[in-house]
Amino acid sequence: MDSTYVMPFLNSVQNVFETMLQLPVQVGEPELKRTGDPTYDVSGIIGMSGDVEGNVVLSFPTSTAERVVSLFTGEEMSRTHTDFADAVGELVNMVSGGAKAQFVGKNVSISCPSVVIGSDHVVFGRKDVVCVSMQCTTDCGDFNLEVSFRKQSGAAVESSDTAAA
Amino acid sequence: MKILLVDDSKTMRNIQKGILSQLGYTEIEEACDGLDALSKVGAFAPDLLLVDWNMPNMDGLEFVKQFRAKGSKSPIIMVTTEAEKARVVEAIKAGVNNYVVKPFTPDSLSERIKETLDRASAA
Repeated sequence: MDSTYVMPFLNSVQNVFETMLQLPVQVGEPELKRTGDPTYDVSGIIGMSGDVEGNVVLSFPTSTAERVVSLFTGEEMSRTHTDFADAVGELVNMVSGGAKAQFVGKNVSISCPSVVIGSDHVVFGRKDVVCVSMQCTTDCGDFNLEVSFRKQSGAAVESSDTAAA
Repeated sequence: MKILLVDDSKTMRNIQKGILSQLGYTEIEEACDGLDALSKVGAFAPDLLLVDWNMPNMDGLEFVKQFRAKGSKSPIIMVTTEAEKARVVEAIKAGVNNYVVKPFTPDSLSERIKETLDRASAA
């Protein structure tokens, strides 16, 4: 998986968190994630299909998720709150949508978000694609951005960054 | 001023409701998808609608088409993550009056709302 798949998500997570939460995000070096590696306690998951297909996962430790969601919604919200999962889902929805817009000239659809809550859960993606994990550091704590993608045969993926280069 | 918020995310509806109440708009109805919205527009008769695109059951674009097919002329702002130019054009053709891409700041959404209402009252 080349960087043209990763950059749109990196840009988008920074844009979403800075715009909606006024929370700067520093993104670390991408690392390959091994199949079966656990994620954090709270994961927002979105699938993408069309010319680009795969998964995007935002995965948080509970304490980070609760701080981030409280900033986002403007009210204190623990993981047991009925709207907690909805807020996590909307965050990953905006991150995926923002990244999708950077795949220039491609027909890409995103799914409705799913949210998994529970320690030591594992998110399995497709077996035929690699998953890249990036540690994101914020004043609310660290979380992971995980991206696993492959382009459909015949579809050349070009991000807006690449197009501008 | 009656405003209908159509979004499957309650979080997003609450954020929009907060911005609208700061602008002085408090007569607000909510719908969680296009079907729910269609069932409410008759009785509520909104003066402005904020509509998400990607929703289960009936998406925002289909809702806008069916709402306009009823002859309703109330202004619609599409508030969505769909940022591609082709999507914006598709929405405008369906009858959307203005467009806000998520993520947005309170100021940017407020400006679009004011702009949309100004245009509607001048028409």
